[in-house]
Amino acid sequence: MTEKLIFELSSPGRKGYSLPQLDCPPKGVEKILPKEFLRENRAELPEVSENDCVRHFTRLSVLNHHIDKGFYPLGSCTMKYNPKLNEQLARLPGFAELHPLQSEEQVQGALELMYHLGEYLSEIAGMDKVTLQPAAGAHGELTALLMIRTYHKKNGNPRSKVVIPDSAHGTNPASVSLAGYRTVQIRSNEQGLIDLWELEKNMDEEVAAFMLTNPNTLGLFETNILKVAEIVHSVGAKFYMDGANLNALLGYASPGEMGFDIVHFNFHKTFSTPHGGGGPGGGALGVKEEMVPFLPVPTVEKREDRGEFHLDYERPDSIGKVHSFYGHFGVMVRAFAYIRSLGGEGLREVAKNAIINANYLKEPLKEFYDLPYDATCMHEFVLSGNRQKSLGVRTLDIAKRLLDYGFHAPTIYFPLIVPEALMIEPTESESKEILDAFIEAMKKIAEETKTNPEIVKSAPQQTPVGRLDEAKAAKELNVRWSKQRF
Amino acid sequence: MNVPEEFKYTKEHEWLKAEEGLATIGITDYAQSELGDIVFVELPQVGDAVSQGEPFGTIEAVKTVADLFSPVSGEVSELNPKIEEDPAVMNKDPYGEGWMMKIKMSEASQADSLLSPTDYRALIEKTE
Repeated sequence: MTEKLIFELSSPGRKGYSLPQLDCPPKGVEKILPKEFLRENRAELPEVSENDCVRHFTRLSVLNHHIDKGFYPLGSCTMKYNPKLNEQLARLPGFAELHPLQSEEQVQGALELMYHLGEYLSEIAGMDKVTLQPAAGAHGELTALLMIRTYHKKNGNPRSKVVIPDSAHGTNPASVSLAGYRTVQIRSNEQGLIDLWELEKNMDEEVAAFMLTNPNTLGLFETNILKVAEIVHSVGAKFYMDGANLNALLGYASPGEMGFDIVHFNFHKTFSTPHGGGGPGGGALGVKEEMVPFLPVPTVEKREDRGEFHLDYERPDSIGKVHSFYGHFGVMVRAFAYIRSLGGEGLREVAKNAIINANYLKEPLKEFYDLPYDATCMHEFVLSGNRQKSLGVRTLDIAKRLLDYGFHAPTIYFPLIVPEALMIEPTESESKEILDAFIEAMKKIAEETKTNPEIVKSAPQQTPVGRLDEAKAAKELNVRWSKQRF
Repeated sequence: MNVPEEFKYTKEHEWLKAEEGLATIGITDYAQSELGDIVFVELPQVGDAVSQGEPFGTIEAVKTVADLFSPVSGEVSELNPKIEEDPAVMNKDPYGEGWMMKIKMSEASQADSLLSPTDYRALIEKTE
């Protein structure tokens, strides 16, 4: 490892702070805290100066790959560039220093922002109302399924199952189980789209909802979407859109027009708030009129007469709260800033360029890699490493080799219906030069699998650490430093 | 890819060996090679009922998590203790030390309906 742990930089007595002289009598910690909360041994904290600390973390940030450093074509994750303007606005003291327990009259600006963000999202998705509470996409799914359960229950039968396609994100069946439903999975057709016959066969009065990602996880637009909606609604089921791929639709098509009843938004994907590193994200949910009564409390409302904003808890059919306070507010400020700075025309450009960039990569790459579902794609596409596998090189190796060329790897081994999958999403924020360099790297790797497979199989060589033992890391994860071990 | 002659197979890449109403099951060599390093296996408990074609557990590898489907119906009679200690044994020796569990079959004829080694070999060649 090229960088020591901060514990190894430690030197006894060194510190990065200086406190003023104590101006009151000292009081031992044992007089303040109950005994059971006191440590028996001193905490082994690193003792470093301020600049040791700053330099250490700056070096680490450079060793890591991130969107401010390079191309990040991680399919389904929409790793677009996050404009620094959004960061600046989210850090305005009027937003950043709010306390969630302040009274409504003191936080009118924040409520106004949330109210308008909800309106913009409703317009983008063709929905009637939005909740901003869910913490991220999967949480949005769960919130929606709980609302759907409450809706059906109110109509006499909560129903027992939820249908998903075999190309669905893994979070879909997980949310289904968590909401107390059974998952029924249906096979995609040969074009990688919903098989209408399969769908119809599996729809009955016990189906609570059909969950679909559109464009789907192969990056293909569901061309029969209106017919799909009709089949779903014919048995009284609700039609849910997993909004992971909303980036491809902005300003061109709305889930509402396609017949969806509920859709989630990923602020950390489509609306350009930082993504990865554990969050926070944002998984707002938009719903059609019929589902509005079941939204989580509180909703943000406007008193038209006085032009004031308030939080409404008086909603008897609501499923209740799904997040402490009102969700991740800082992320909402970033999403608001992004939508306002681009405007309607700008959002259309986002979708257009995301689609053009993906097709620009797909066309030359299909010569070197298999493209099982060969069609004009939306914002992403899925290659297969099958051709390379027959030469003894797996998709995992190709992904690792890309790191040597300075690119983050695409999503691999997903969707499950493509063997040795490589799911590539360039996003709208990359230039032609970057896309060309990526094509070149992918071509070289395809060449290397024939001429020098060992270099691909032993990749990466150029990164701060080589190939990790991922099985050991998953089974015996040890992140606690102890002096004795070194 | 190793497909031993003495077993029966399923479309979900499991093998089964039946002896006097007792079936020993595991995952195939092809399954372990597709999954890559296996890190965790979730199995039912001894005494639990399983039904043919229904999921009974999950298998977690570095690259994915997959459902395990029961090749036959019956009652779980024994689990391989080695799997909990070291699931990698399923990668190393899927047909031997890496067996998963034994099922007391409720309908012994179900075992006969599974794929023969020849049929299973044809299936994975088609997928390749």
